Amino acid sequence: MAKENRKDRKTSVHTQIPKTKTGITGLDEITGGGIPSGRPSLVCGEAGCGKTLMSLEFIVRGATEFNEPGVFMAFEEKAQELTMNVGSLGFDLDKLQKDKKLKIDYVHIDRSEIEETGEYDLDGLFIRLDYAINSIGAKRVVLDTIENLFAGLTNQAILRAELRRLFQWLKEKGVTAIITGERGEGPSLTRQGLEEYVSDCVILLDHRVINQISTRRLRIVKYRGSVHGTNEYPFMIDEDGISVLPVTSLKLEKAVSSERVSSGIPALDKMLGGHGFFKGGSILVSGTAGTGKTSIAACFANEVCNKNQKCLYFAFEESPNQIIRNMHSISMDLRKHVNNGLLQFMASRPTLHGLEQHLVAMHKLIKKFKPQAVVLDPITNLITVGSVSEVKAMLIRLIDFLQEEQITVLFTALTLNSVVTEQTDEGVSSLVDAWLLVRDIEFNGERNRGMYIMKSRGMKHSNQVREFIITDKGIDLVEVYLGPEGVLTGSAREAQKLHEQTGQVLRTNAMSMKDREVLRKKKVLEAKIASLQSEFESAEEELNKIYIEEDLVKRVTEENRQEMLKLHRGEDNMPGPKGNNNGNKKV
Amino acid sequence: MTKQPGMPAYKNDVEDDDIYRLRLFVTGATPNSTRAISNIKEFCETYLKDRYELEIIDVYQQRLIAEKEQIIALPMLVKVSPLPQRRLIGDMSDTEKVKRGLNLSAV
Repeated sequence: MAKENRKDRKTSVHTQIPKTKTGITGLDEITGGGIPSGRPSLVCGEAGCGKTLMSLEFIVRGATEFNEPGVFMAFEEKAQELTMNVGSLGFDLDKLQKDKKLKIDYVHIDRSEIEETGEYDLDGLFIRLDYAINSIGAKRVVLDTIENLFAGLTNQAILRAELRRLFQWLKEKGVTAIITGERGEGPSLTRQGLEEYVSDCVILLDHRVINQISTRRLRIVKYRGSVHGTNEYPFMIDEDGISVLPVTSLKLEKAVSSERVSSGIPALDKMLGGHGFFKGGSILVSGTAGTGKTSIAACFANEVCNKNQKCLYFAFEESPNQIIRNMHSISMDLRKHVNNGLLQFMASRPTLHGLEQHLVAMHKLIKKFKPQAVVLDPITNLITVGSVSEVKAMLIRLIDFLQEEQITVLFTALTLNSVVTEQTDEGVSSLVDAWLLVRDIEFNGERNRGMYIMKSRGMKHSNQVREFIITDKGIDLVEVYLGPEGVLTGSAREAQKLHEQTGQVLRTNAMSMKDREVLRKKKVLEAKIASLQSEFESAEEELNKIYIEEDLVKRVTEENRQEMLKLHRGEDNMPGPKGNNNGNKKV
Repeated sequence: MTKQPGMPAYKNDVEDDDIYRLRLFVTGATPNSTRAISNIKEFCETYLKDRYELEIIDVYQQRLIAEKEQIIALPMLVKVSPLPQRRLIGDMSDTEKVKRGLNLSAV
C-alpha cells in the first residue's frame, strides 16, 4: 500500500521528491509540502521544546486528516501518560487506538534489570514495530525518543549498527517516520549523533528565553533534495496543537485594492482625498501621550463595525472594558458591536509572550475571526519584549500577512519626545501606507491637538494641519487658523473667530447704512423727476392753448366769411332786421 | 511455547524455591539465537543441574509476546523465579555475567 502511495505521489510531483503532509499548521508551508515520504526524518531539540508533541501531532493528523494510520513507539512516556498529556489538545488517543488508526507501543528499558552477556541484536524491536505497522496498516511511524536505548544498553557498537539497520528497514517498509532526539552538547544536533543515520530531513526545535520571555523556534537544518525555508520560524503550542509561522512572503506581489475604507471621521476622510484609506492598507497613527490615538483607532473600529464588517482589536495597554467605557464618553457604543460579534477585543500584556509568539497568536486569531480590519493599540509596548529591529521585522511580517488577506490594519504608536521626529520609534513609518501624526500644539497657555497626514500613498491628501478635537459627540477635525500670528488653535482660534464675527457684524451694519442712503437718494431723485414732469405738462398745456385759440379764431373767421359771401350773392333769405349785418359789411 | 525435548525435567525432590524457571526468547535460527541456546543449555547443565526449567520461545512465531514482554534486544533470557526477575540479553557467552545475572556468583 505504501509503495503504491509513493508511486502516486511521484507521478503527481515530477521534479520534487514525494512528500507527506504533516498536517501541522505552517510546517507544511516551510517544508514545501511536508516531510519526505517513506523516509525517516529527525526532529531534535532540548528537553521540553515540543518534540514529542510535534511527532504525536504528526501521527494524529495523519490518522484523522489524511487517513494514514500511525504507530507511535514511545520510549519515554507510557501510552496512558501520553493520552493524558495530549487530551488537553483535543487529541483522543484512546478512540484512535480503538479505531485502529493509531497504535502506541511503550518500550520500557531499565538498565538495572538487564545484564548483557554477549552478542545481541534489536530484533525484538524490529518484530514489535513490524507487528504494530502490519496490524493497522500504518504509513507513519514515530520513534520517541530512540536515544533512550543508549541509556538502557551499553554496547554502543551493536546499538549503532542496529540503528543503521533500523532506519534502513524503515525505508524499505516505506513508512514515513519521525525520529526524535535530544539536543546534544556542542555542535552535534543529538546526543548520540542520530543525524548520522537520518540524513534526509532534520528539523531542529529550540526554546529560548530572552529577557525572561520564552520563544519556541523551529528550523529546518537540512532537507535533502528539496527546497525549504532556512529561517528560524517561531512556533506556538496551544489548545489546537502546534502552529508554525511561515513568515514573510519575500516577494512583493500582493494584490492591491483601490477600494476605500472610511476612517470614521468624515473630516479626516476629506483630508484623505475624500474617501478614507485604501482597503488592505496599513495606517500608522503616532503621537505623544494623550493625543487621542486610541480614540482614532476606536473610531475606525467603530466605523468598520457600523458597515457590518468585522474588526479585531488588539489592545496592549487597556482592557476591553476600559476602552469601551472610555469610548462611551465620546458617544461611541462599542459594546453593541462586541455583542453582535462584529468587534473582538484581544487584550494582552506584551510581556505575555515573546514577539514571535505574539505574531503567531495574532495570525491564528486573524485566521479564525477573519476580520476586515485589525487594530493594534499600541505597537510601542512591544518594544518591551524585543529590540527595535525585532519589532520592525515582526511588523513587516504582520503587514505582509494582512495585505495578503486584504485586511486593513491600523497601528497606533507613541512617540516619546514632543519634538516630532521623522521616524517613529518602531521604525515602521516607512512600511505603512498612511501615516497620521497627532501632535501637541502648546500655545497661549493651553495644549491642543493638531493632526496632519505625513504621508498617504497613492491618493491626494491635504497638506494642512487640522485641529483635532474630541467632544462629547465624537471626534472632529477643524481647520486651524493660520494668520500673521502663526497657527492658532483652541481658544486662540475661537477668539480669532469671534474677532472675525464682530468684524462681520460691523461690516454688515455699514453695508445697510449705505443701502438706506442709496434708497433715500433714489427717492429724492424720483421726487425731482415728478416735479419736472408736472412742469413739462403745464408748459405743454400752455402751448396747446395757443394752438386751440388760433384754431378757434380761424374757424370763426371762416364762418363769418361764408356768411358774408351768402349776403353778397342774393340776400333773398335775409330777414328784416339786418342792421347789424349791414353795418358790418360797410365796414 | 515450545518445550525443547531432552530438556532436564522438573524433579520432585527439589524444593520449589530452588527451581530456576528460565525463559529464553530467540529469533528463529539466527547465529545469535543458536549460540544462545547452546550456551545456556551448557550453563544450566554445569551450574544448575537438575534444578532448572528452561523454556525457549521463538518470537518470530509469537509476535504479540514481544510487546507483552517488553522485548527489545534478542536473544533474551528471563529469570522468572526465584525472584527478583532478571533479564539477560546476548548470546550468553560471558559465563561470569550470566552467573551474576542469575545471582549464582555465590555458588
